[in-house]
Amino acid sequence: MTTSLETFLLARRATGRLLVPYVTAGAAPGWTDVVRAYADAGADAVEIGFPFSDPMLDGVTIQEASDRAIAAGTTVTGILDEVTALDVGVPLVAMTYGNLVFQRSGAKFCAALAMSGLRGLIVPDVPLEEAGELADAAVKEGLDLVLLAAPSTPRARLGEIAARSRGFVYALTRMGTTGERDEVPEQAARLGRELKELTDRPVLFGFGVSSPRQAAELARHADGVVVASALMRRLLDGARPRELGEYVASMRRALD
Amino acid sequence: MTTLMSDPGTTGRFGDYGGRYVPESLIPACQEIEAAFRDAWADPGFRDRLTTLLTVYAGRPTPLTPARRLSEELGVTLLLKREDLTHTGSHKINNVVGQALLAQRMGRRRLLAETGAGQHGVATATAAALLGLRATVFMGERDIERQELNVLRMNVLGAEVVPVTTGSRTLKDACNEAMRHWVASTDDSYYCLGSVLGPHPYPWMVREFQRVIGEEARAQCAAELPAAVPDYVVACVGGGSNAAGTFAGFVGTTARLVGVEAEGGAAATSGRAGVLHGFRSLVLQDEHGQVTEAHSVAAGLDYPGIGPEHAHLRDGGRARYATVTDEEVVRALVRLARTEGIVAALESCHALAWVIRAAGSGRIAPGSSVMLTLSGRGDKDIASIKELL
Repeated sequence: MTTSLETFLLARRATGRLLVPYVTAGAAPGWTDVVRAYADAGADAVEIGFPFSDPMLDGVTIQEASDRAIAAGTTVTGILDEVTALDVGVPLVAMTYGNLVFQRSGAKFCAALAMSGLRGLIVPDVPLEEAGELADAAVKEGLDLVLLAAPSTPRARLGEIAARSRGFVYALTRMGTTGERDEVPEQAARLGRELKELTDRPVLFGFGVSSPRQAAELARHADGVVVASALMRRLLDGARPRELGEYVASMRRALD
Repeated sequence: MTTLMSDPGTTGRFGDYGGRYVPESLIPACQEIEAAFRDAWADPGFRDRLTTLLTVYAGRPTPLTPARRLSEELGVTLLLKREDLTHTGSHKINNVVGQALLAQRMGRRRLLAETGAGQHGVATATAAALLGLRATVFMGERDIERQELNVLRMNVLGAEVVPVTTGSRTLKDACNEAMRHWVASTDDSYYCLGSVLGPHPYPWMVREFQRVIGEEARAQCAAELPAAVPDYVVACVGGGSNAAGTFAGFVGTTARLVGVEAEGGAAATSGRAGVLHGFRSLVLQDEHGQVTEAHSVAAGLDYPGIGPEHAHLRDGGRARYATVTDEEVVRALVRLARTEGIVAALESCHALAWVIRAAGSGRIAPGSSVMLTLSGRGDKDIASIKELL
């Protein structure tokens, strides 16, 4: 697959809301089957977490998934080896923290991801000001570097983020870490509206998307959602790829 | 090239290090703190309030004590900058009073803090009580066990101590948890970071609040030493706040600057460049980039990174960084207690252990003068070293 993440998502957006489920690589044996199950269940892209020891922006669920993955010997190289053999028909997007990205250099990291067929990269602790070199390296490798926008981001800055993000704009539903929450915050609706005014790029909500009903509610204010902790909690509780796929399918139905 | 230990500008860079590696949700908060600090630091009214509190409340200036008997034994002139004599018993109070005043100026009602040995937590709880703010302190479960006395002190002072049960359950995890909590509460809470770490402006701001150590010490050395400037200036380094404040007073002199790390937590010696807790610096990590745990007898030094400015000082050769073993540290603590009647914190005894070793080996030439920052008092450590004596 050679289409860029953004081109792919734009095409998909023309026919419906976007759904991007997440899995922490190595959090369970056979995690690549989870990626396949997501794709089969109607995911528009799949986000793959490269586990880091100190995930500053993650809540307890993804912390635990990361700890398990690291304890099981998961490494960047190992993940890339497994991903290389994985073609599920939708783009794969890496999500990780700056320390793993800058181990050798941002350029080498991007090159390695691209070589393994990944189409996008999300690095939550590398904001706009620190993203310059990494963004250049990503462009060179045909990798879309996705930037985050938060409810606290002022409008002028949102414009800059929307302009410089590639693939999609990752809109945080709330101030806080990843993790399931019951309500849909008012600030999310406002952020979605503002971003939609500022850019034609896909805008996806992430953080706290915990039920199909909530996914549908959030998607009304943007182009779709990223679902992480709700899936990872089920995975940590022992759910099989098939069951996780069914959950993604239920999200899919709620969005359509 | 800017002058060493000056204003790192809006990017917060010290050479290749520093920066602001935080999630977008924290960027406005960091920018707001930077603007507020720049404004306050240029405001004589703010500086006056800070100086007054440091004087009438925290007990500054702290004395520079000639360690006469130990100097004689070591064959050097050893001067001790007595941060252990401040209110709450460590240099941490200098930074915390400054940041608490800033938080108040910014209209924040609650201080968030991480703590390792508990000294920064106690200082934060103290400043919060003084200024009528609430305090929430994140502390690793393992450190809570090691530093029970400081947990009780924080409780008495009215602070909420939140045990951190993730990861290695020490300082690094307490930092993660404090930052996670901060992301969710930037509207009413101020993150009162305890060392020269974290996203810009913290490494710079904390160094400026600790600069008082170095400036006082430099003036006191001028009065005490015939040469006015000591040959060596030595301080322990975990994150590196007392060392940064000390070095700031001497970086423009001929004094040789030495930071002393715990052998099991020596980021300046064995770390590689990395990004942790919002800044780029030297970080202890495995070959895959996973941050490793620091281990030492002193909970306050169990941090797997060092402040970005220290990494820069090291690269440029302006400061050098050495390590000492737990055993040397405990021996130094006892030796200082028995020669000078001062029970210093295990953290501070790292600096002393290096001086004892270097004077013994001739690395510090006989007759040299050494200014050592004794960052804190050792009461908190007595129980934990009982079995090592």
